Amino acid sequence: MSAGDTEALMGYDDVLAAYDPALGLEVHVELGTNTKMFCGCATTFGAEPNTQVCPVCLGLPGALPVVNAIGVESAIRIGLALNCEIATWSRFARKNYFYPDMPKNFQTSQYDEPIAFGGHLDVDLEDGTVFRVEIERAHMEEDTGKSLHVGGATGRIHGATHSLVDYNRAGIPLIEIVTKPIVGAGERAPDVARAYVATLRDLLKALGVSDVKMEQGSMRCDVNLSLSPKGSGVLGTRTETKNVNSLRSVERAVRYEMCRHGAILASGGSILQETRHWHEDTGITTSGREKSDAEDYRYFPEPDLVPIAPARDWVEELRATLPEPPAQRRKRLQAAYSYSDLEMRDVLNAGLLDLIEETVTAGGSPAAARKWWSGEVARRANADGQDVPSYAAGLGVGPAQVVELETLVTSGRLNDAMARQAWEGVLDGEGSPTAVADARGLQLNQDSGALETAVDAVIAANPEVAEKIRDGKVQAVGALIGQVMKEMRGQGDAAAARALILSRLGQA
Amino acid sequence: MTDLTRASAAELADLMARGETTSREITTALLERTEAVDGAVHSYLHVDRDGALATADAVDRRRAAGETLHALAGVPIAVKDVMTTTGLPTTCGSRILQGWVPPYDATVVARIKAAGLPILGKTNMDEFAMGSSTEHSAYGPSHNPWDLDRIPGGSGGGSSSVLASFQAPLATGTDTGGSIRQPAAVTGTVGTKPTYGGVSRYGLIALASSLDQAGPCARTVLDTAMLHELMAGHDPLDSTSIDAPVPPIVEAARRADVRGMRIGIVRELTGEGFQAGVQQRFDEAVQHLVDAGAEVVEVSCPSFTYALATYYLILPSEASSNLAKFDAMRYGLRVAPRDVDDPSAEQVMAATRDAGFGDEVKRRIILGTYALSSGYYDAYYGSAQKVRRLIADDFASAFERADVLVSPTAPTTAFRLGAKIDDPLAMYLNDIATIPANLAGIPGMSVPSGLADEDGLPAGFQILAPAMADDRLYAVGAALEQRLHAVWGGPLLDRIPDLLASAPTTPMATPHADATTKGA
Amino acid sequence: MAELTRDAVEHLARLARIDLDESELNRMVGELGVILESVATVQQAPTEAVTPMSHPMPLVNVTRPDQIRPSLTPQEALAGAPESDAQRFSVPRILDED
Repeated sequence: MSAGDTEALMGYDDVLAAYDPALGLEVHVELGTNTKMFCGCATTFGAEPNTQVCPVCLGLPGALPVVNAIGVESAIRIGLALNCEIATWSRFARKNYFYPDMPKNFQTSQYDEPIAFGGHLDVDLEDGTVFRVEIERAHMEEDTGKSLHVGGATGRIHGATHSLVDYNRAGIPLIEIVTKPIVGAGERAPDVARAYVATLRDLLKALGVSDVKMEQGSMRCDVNLSLSPKGSGVLGTRTETKNVNSLRSVERAVRYEMCRHGAILASGGSILQETRHWHEDTGITTSGREKSDAEDYRYFPEPDLVPIAPARDWVEELRATLPEPPAQRRKRLQAAYSYSDLEMRDVLNAGLLDLIEETVTAGGSPAAARKWWSGEVARRANADGQDVPSYAAGLGVGPAQVVELETLVTSGRLNDAMARQAWEGVLDGEGSPTAVADARGLQLNQDSGALETAVDAVIAANPEVAEKIRDGKVQAVGALIGQVMKEMRGQGDAAAARALILSRLGQA
Repeated sequence: MTDLTRASAAELADLMARGETTSREITTALLERTEAVDGAVHSYLHVDRDGALATADAVDRRRAAGETLHALAGVPIAVKDVMTTTGLPTTCGSRILQGWVPPYDATVVARIKAAGLPILGKTNMDEFAMGSSTEHSAYGPSHNPWDLDRIPGGSGGGSSSVLASFQAPLATGTDTGGSIRQPAAVTGTVGTKPTYGGVSRYGLIALASSLDQAGPCARTVLDTAMLHELMAGHDPLDSTSIDAPVPPIVEAARRADVRGMRIGIVRELTGEGFQAGVQQRFDEAVQHLVDAGAEVVEVSCPSFTYALATYYLILPSEASSNLAKFDAMRYGLRVAPRDVDDPSAEQVMAATRDAGFGDEVKRRIILGTYALSSGYYDAYYGSAQKVRRLIADDFASAFERADVLVSPTAPTTAFRLGAKIDDPLAMYLNDIATIPANLAGIPGMSVPSGLADEDGLPAGFQILAPAMADDRLYAVGAALEQRLHAVWGGPLLDRIPDLLASAPTTPMATPHADATTKGA
Repeated sequence: MAELTRDAVEHLARLARIDLDESELNRMVGELGVILESVATVQQAPTEAVTPMSHPMPLVNVTRPDQIRPSLTPQEALAGAPESDAQRFSVPRILDED
């Protein structure tokens, strides 16, 4: 069937009523090494076509591969971070199939002797539960070149008259991380898939092994899905949906395939074991290559490379370099910062944790850090279609400015409303918080006489409230502070006002 | 006056060092010889007259300026067309690579260039080194200078015949199952397959990666050792390259000392199946070594019975994968399928591979594809890998009792062109004695043992040593060569028929276009 | 088993991307049958408990430092291309995505 046709879909709840979904996720991540997996060519993203190629990655006759040491090291660190065992004996294998963007017509990969195997990753779901995803293996391989399809509909392979191939990407190190079949997720299956990929992305980022940019293809996800009749425990025929390259798409693709499989099975049909293509724009999958007997990769040990047998003490050294697991770090920081679950979720959704941690490290309070990074700056970043960290970085605004702003408040120079103005000025590019405050004449009124006058006037005007406070209902003071600030046209010091009101009413 | 075309590399090096000749004189003499005889012998696929002379002149200038040069600087060499050479066509004897000019040098070629050896040209070979006769070259066979109707061996028949027809004193070879040693044996020349990993494979167009090994070809044991030393040594571009010093091979060749050495005769590699004259020369050679102070023991390697079958599973399997890259997309031939409008990449690949590969290559690719395919892997490729271990173990046991092992290099002398071309299995049997060394990764050498009585053609004596003990080959080879030269009153090649007297010759003085690709 | 049917050879040729014509195919079936029968003798060797040998030398852990080496120029890379365009290798239309 062609990309335009739509297929029958079953309602999601109906699918769940009749079937259990089983997921399998294969994630390819491009390592951020200086050079390719098997040759010394650079790996810069977006370079001019065919400028980062050599006899090895072009597959020229006679060329031979040599393994990138950092590629192996990164693979082991990823394996360890995924709680995998690290093989004592691991080999590369050739996966043989013909494709124009694969220069040797075999991919140098790993087959039955991967570098890491048998791990797990715990992922936090939207509903607050934790789901353990079992990891089958993580292995090393190489990326392919990139084809530009010419002559058909824009960029589509169907209808193209020819293709233009750039081999800059060919040979870039990839780690393929494969889960065991994920069963028992039920209605949470789409969420599990998304959360797994998100958690994996955070972990790989924390490891510093990849820039994990799904939009640039440095992290790519294939989604395997099958349904089995509810309670049967028998895995159904699966489809493999390729190149699902955003978190949202992962979730949508799982849901779509569940509904598509459900419709086929419910109507008495059977699922064709095949590759499916995900269409980001329309949110559907279409049929790709059929996985038939014709696909026989004829794996065999790569004779041009020797086995990798990582020494145990080296593996332990690498284990010692692992960063704190992101989930654990989140729990630790939430406790340390006294954030509520809701606050923490907002911080995480906005991707602010790193910025906040840096701000606290630079001397800011957790509350102020959260407040300033999630307010106006988040609104502006969102309007600009960016996340806060990259938006702020683009402005040259960082933790130092937030700490300075907070100091201006705690030192009594600015009240909260003034601080907001100063922060806007900073984001407008007017300079540091102090510079903005100076330029805009932001300064609390420190005249104690004016404060006393205002406090006395407000107490006189609100005898009932004043009486409550005298009786010990101190929390009522807020109403009076607001009026005092109003009296002082926003330039009063709220803390000083509070202290004075309480002392006047015998509660100091 | 020395005949510069017949002198050994060591002699030429001495003459140049003494100022009695120049690299230009030598190179010119050899190029003239090529013009005279290569029409009949067809050793070369490509001659690089300009390049060779330019290198010769550069070396002569540096020598005149008093620079310290490599021992072989200025000695011309012929390079097997399996090795990539920047700016020179490299076809590997295949139509699929016709006209391909690599943008890089094989490590071996880079070392040859760095040492200042003029490269005369690229020598003919069986397509992708699959064969024992050069009859599988897409550009026509080479001929044995002893008898132009006979094969010069293969796959390196271009290199063996270039030496035996005095067109070059040195040549490179590659040996996957005997492609250096068997051609040496049938042309009365010398060739060594070093320990696997001893010489870099970078830039060698791979046949079977775990079996391929590049090595030296020459007319004397000392020349072979000198070229071996030049080619060998660790290469970081080849993961299977041995990171250890090259054994003292030149010293061993000069000392030629076998006193106290235990020479093991492999029971499975003598007797039945070997031509009488070949066996006779072998037996005499063993006696010469005994006379030189060696001791003889007999050893048995029972798994060798399976060596040929093992080899013809492992080789096609690896080759089927190695040769997948020839697909008409990035380099080489591109052929459109007949009767197909607007063919797809897949169809162009399949049509090109059909048109660009010869029968033997296709046979082995299909066989290898089968041996690796799911469901048959364990029975074929898997079993072969296990037997390969048994063969290596047999060698290990044998080397506990003997310092070197010996056998005839090939079961017969050179057969007639065409005699076995239609019988692949008969062709494969030529490699019966040479294949085990490749399977085990150990070094082996062939030196001339004399002419077989029944046909007057050269026979070869094979020496095998443990991995990394390549120097033992040279000690034994040189000792045997010394004794035989004494018996013969000179090198065996002194008895070769005069090609100029018998062969139809091309005019000697024809000014050739430079860098002529021949035989295409 | 040491028997290769015509269908099997046709399938293998397709896997190996070689467009054999009828006469080649017929010839190949016969030749390969003979060769296969011969090489199948490896199955008779006593190989129980034998570790397969994939590499002749027992080297392990050969790697290179992650340091950039010069690449080819695009001109060098494309010099041998049957066709090129826009500094890329031009190839016939591709039937399906990988």
